[in-house]
Amino acid sequence: MNDTANIDWRPYLVVPVLVALALPAMSFSTWITLTVAGAAMGMMLFIMASGLTLIFGLMDVLNFAHGAFITIGAYIAVTVLGSMSSLVTADSLALNLLALLAAVVVAAVATGVAGWGFERVIVRRVYGSHLRQILITMGGLIIAEQLVIALWGPQPLLLAKPAALRGSFVLAGAAIEKYRMVAVALGLIVYAAMHLTLNRTRIGLLVRAGVENREMVEALGYRIRRLFVLVFVAGTGLAGIGGVMWAVYQELVTAGIGSEMTILVFIVVIIGGLGSVTGCFVGAVLVGLVANYVGFLSPRLALGSNILLMVAVLLWRPRGLFPVGRE
Amino acid sequence: MPERPLLTLDGVHTHIGPYHILHGVDLVVPEGQLTMLLGRNGVGKTTTLRTIMGLWRASGGSVTFEGARIEELGTPDIARLGIAYVPETMGIFTQLTVRENMLLATGPKGFDEARLDNIFVTFPVLKQKWNDAAGGLSGGQKQMLAISRAIVEERRLLVVDEPTKGLAPAVIENLIEAFLRLKATRTTILLVEQNFHMAESLGDTVAVMDDGRVVYTGRMADLAADEDLQARLLGFSLAAHQ
Repeated sequence: MNDTANIDWRPYLVVPVLVALALPAMSFSTWITLTVAGAAMGMMLFIMASGLTLIFGLMDVLNFAHGAFITIGAYIAVTVLGSMSSLVTADSLALNLLALLAAVVVAAVATGVAGWGFERVIVRRVYGSHLRQILITMGGLIIAEQLVIALWGPQPLLLAKPAALRGSFVLAGAAIEKYRMVAVALGLIVYAAMHLTLNRTRIGLLVRAGVENREMVEALGYRIRRLFVLVFVAGTGLAGIGGVMWAVYQELVTAGIGSEMTILVFIVVIIGGLGSVTGCFVGAVLVGLVANYVGFLSPRLALGSNILLMVAVLLWRPRGLFPVGRE
Repeated sequence: MPERPLLTLDGVHTHIGPYHILHGVDLVVPEGQLTMLLGRNGVGKTTTLRTIMGLWRASGGSVTFEGARIEELGTPDIARLGIAYVPETMGIFTQLTVRENMLLATGPKGFDEARLDNIFVTFPVLKQKWNDAAGGLSGGQKQMLAISRAIVEERRLLVVDEPTKGLAPAVIENLIEAFLRLKATRTTILLVEQNFHMAESLGDTVAVMDDGRVVYTGRMADLAADEDLQARLLGFSLAAHQ
């Protein structure tokens, strides 16, 4: 039996407390709408950021090119959904979800393969040097964006949501966007899958150990570089899936869609605690909720709300909500 | 009859950044014996162990294990030869449970129940804390876990760095008993230690380091019996530090 008495529950209470505090400040229906919108945004952010937190936590690699894989995922969504217009426009939820699933799978595979190449060709040369990592991955982001423009053209591309996922339904007097429920469901599935993988498999055990003390993992006979390549591929694949979900949500795709999300993704990773998947999940939901609540209550503060959130969290817990111990 | 050497360091030099730490270390670890590596703080004992494990690369000389050169191998490959390492920091994964820490050191088949039972006889507290987070263990319990993790599978050589550092005397006695049990199984051990009671209790052979090289090798019993030699090599006598 785990020693639950030693668990610090306070970080888990941040989201419920925030949701409860927001209720008196608005009508009940608005509160439901904004809470679901915040949760959906949080889930999409989590999918994009979860790989980055492991990439940083496991190998101390600052990958500023992470946004490039979000962009590639978004453009693949345009291509795949564009080529499956009969499924996208069909008045059938099952066929619509099938088209979305196809886009998610193709994007995950493509960005995973791209991530493998990126790690082998670029990232492996700059292990141990944060400055070189920042410079080379920023360069990678710029090159990737230009390649995207060369392949798909410079003009913004429109992307319609699948027919059955457009519009809203009413719950307790509040309008809930259907697509947001899909995003919430997918985010929960990704979190559950990552949680199970990390806690119930040998590879997950190695990743958790490596995040904490990679030198000791090597001293136990494991080649952590190989493990890292696997995590890098999974992380970039998840970024691609996040790119698909975000593109369909925005219904407009530009070459800068990934780099625009980079700051938010880094805020999520920092708030959650570098290397913590649960922290990333809670941090993403927190960022999504704050963006929506503040956007409604005080639009002037909306742009800076997430920076203020990060400052507040770090003042309280300098290593993030769920710090991962490292020797 | 002298035991055959299991591990041999021949003229090993190690640089860490601009610093030249090891200046030609010569060391022989005989098979089936417990070799103490002694010396004052900062003379290169930990660097020697880390160089053996490939955690720092030797810039000169050779490291030979069971007749094969290993100084060019990576740390995982060295570990896979059957060399277990317990660092000074213990290297415990605090976010993992005791069981998960141990599981990482096992092969694909998982735990050997008989070995595990033996470990629990030596360190019963680990059985009680089996599913607890290792971060919640006391310093002594973490050291027990670190040593248990090193022996949860059969190893050719244990490399252990200052296991008694910061521990209470009762815990140290417990560790001495554990190492005596290991010695009884003819496990080869290279042990860095500052606690001279432990060194005297356990050591078969001894190597003393100074300024990045080994300046004395011999039988531990001879060093323990010669206070002048202790004073000359270590700057004090073992008796004064028991």
